Amino acid sequence: MAENVQKTAPSSREMLGYYLNKSYQDAIEGKARGELVCWASSIAPCEFCETMGIHMLYPENHAAAIAAKHGAEEMIEHAESMGYSVDNCSYARINLAYMDIQKCVAENMPLPDFVLVCNNICETLIKWYENIAYQLKVPIIMIDVPYNYEYEPSEWAIDYIAAQFEHAIEQMEEITGKKFDYNKYREVMQIAAESSYWWTKAMGMAAAKPSPLNGFDIFNYMALIVCMRGKTGCRDTFKKLAEELEEKIQKGEPAFKEGEKYRIMWDGIACWPYLSHNYKAMRALGMNMTGSTYPRGWKLDYDKDDIRSMARAYTSVGNNLSLEAQIDLKTEVVRTYNCQGVTYHLNRSCKCMDFLFHEMQTEVARRTDTPYITFDGDQSDPRNFSKAQFETRVQGLAEMMEQRKS
Amino acid sequence: MEQALAQAGIHLEDAAGIVATGYGRMNSAYTDKQFSEISCHAKGIAHLLPNARTIIDIGGQDAKAIRLDDRGMVQQFAMNDKCAAGTGRFLEVMARVMETSLSELQEWDNKARTVAHVSSTCTVFAESEVISLLSAGTPKADIIAGVHKSVASKAGSLVLRIGLQEDVVMSGGVAQNRGVVKAMEAELKVPVQVAPNPQIVGALGAALFAYEAQMKKQK
Repeated sequence: MAENVQKTAPSSREMLGYYLNKSYQDAIEGKARGELVCWASSIAPCEFCETMGIHMLYPENHAAAIAAKHGAEEMIEHAESMGYSVDNCSYARINLAYMDIQKCVAENMPLPDFVLVCNNICETLIKWYENIAYQLKVPIIMIDVPYNYEYEPSEWAIDYIAAQFEHAIEQMEEITGKKFDYNKYREVMQIAAESSYWWTKAMGMAAAKPSPLNGFDIFNYMALIVCMRGKTGCRDTFKKLAEELEEKIQKGEPAFKEGEKYRIMWDGIACWPYLSHNYKAMRALGMNMTGSTYPRGWKLDYDKDDIRSMARAYTSVGNNLSLEAQIDLKTEVVRTYNCQGVTYHLNRSCKCMDFLFHEMQTEVARRTDTPYITFDGDQSDPRNFSKAQFETRVQGLAEMMEQRKS
Repeated sequence: MEQALAQAGIHLEDAAGIVATGYGRMNSAYTDKQFSEISCHAKGIAHLLPNARTIIDIGGQDAKAIRLDDRGMVQQFAMNDKCAAGTGRFLEVMARVMETSLSELQEWDNKARTVAHVSSTCTVFAESEVISLLSAGTPKADIIAGVHKSVASKAGSLVLRIGLQEDVVMSGGVAQNRGVVKAMEAELKVPVQVAPNPQIVGALGAALFAYEAQMKKQK
């Protein structure tokens, strides 16, 4: 594809589709050849598997794709009939159902030879992945990342995470029967760093006024930064996207040709089953989502010669940040992306996000003097969302923003 | 629409501007503009009771708390989650279970000696709780007072979420039930006023938006 990029110059959107499909196809074909497949949590370190030539697949991303293609409800009902509670994360329910039926409306994923779980984004993952490992009788590699109660990660936590990284390498050596190639590891880290750089740069272009980026595109593009951060295809796609957006800014081509009336920040995961509805309801009001915490989500900068630096990067992500650090981050997003209001998605599946909302939204509103709304929804369970209630709330937000203009 | 025009004694062409609000606001063929109920209740209350800073609007489908500034502008609002608990529909279900009508609920509440505990998290759970209370011989009046407390506690938590500021005013159909208003005062520990004709405050706000738009046009 790298050569094709030069010859045919596909758009970043075409590259996104191509590489996403390729990641699943490569895993399916690799598995058939006897190569190993790992299922991993979305911000688990990809560097180790990539170095070892292990195919990585991401159940969270897969569940989101199933939900976006309107296949979630039947999977969720299947999981519930297996005995999983409605209170469990809907990504987990979709994935555990998929594991049982191995068929879905999205790409198929081959079953894993081992799982890699890093609880830097949530604690449910631990039991979810233990469950996969137990049922499929495959090894589990777990990176336990303590929550940052203080503003900066503590040194003992970094030591603890770094030691687990080293142990994870040993576990992978044992699983694959191969020695870990540290030269290759450095190359992978370089690519992952470049992917993160171009991802952050492209997403950061939404700060332009008017934004060249329709904010909901962030939800589409993020699949690649989740699934292929250590591969050149990911880096090339975001480099291409950054070039396209730069060109749009130069030409004065906004994402909303009819005009960007309001700029908002969206906090929380997308409502995948209603992505199109949410987008249309907001666009009808002239509301573009220019701010989100996603650009920072995979901004994993670290020193390639220092495993402690890598540990610091993997503990300094979204949900693992202290309340104060999250308030600072969101305040910065509102200011950087010139947002006039904030939409908080009270996600039934993600309690660890929801529990901080009240303190966070009150403080971010106070610091930035912007109104906010909270709506009920779910990242992938379509039963936990009401279109009419969402529309009322976003219209209420638009009206509050309009009042403040006058 | 025809009925509304007939009752008002006017024809469609007499209306200089029409604003729609409520859950069906986008489906009306007649309207010039649509506003959310949040802005319309705020507009209506600011017109009727300019000292109001907190509105509790409990209607059939949802419950909301709205905070106003001293110009009557919406500062913040919070709404119930995807659940009927704390809404007028909850009261309808409970009235049916207790074989009474919505309009009789406040009379029953007046007769209560104590307030029975009724869950505020889920209409279905609360319904089975009420049936259990009835089976256990708990007086109907006490159960109804408990139902009112349940609604008040749900709506009260919305108020606390946005920050309680006096004067507190109730609008929406449920405000006609003195039992709920009394329970709300007990919940929030402040006096709660009831807007005149609380059920039409949203409609009044919509009419005021239409009126203001006309005034602006004429300038």
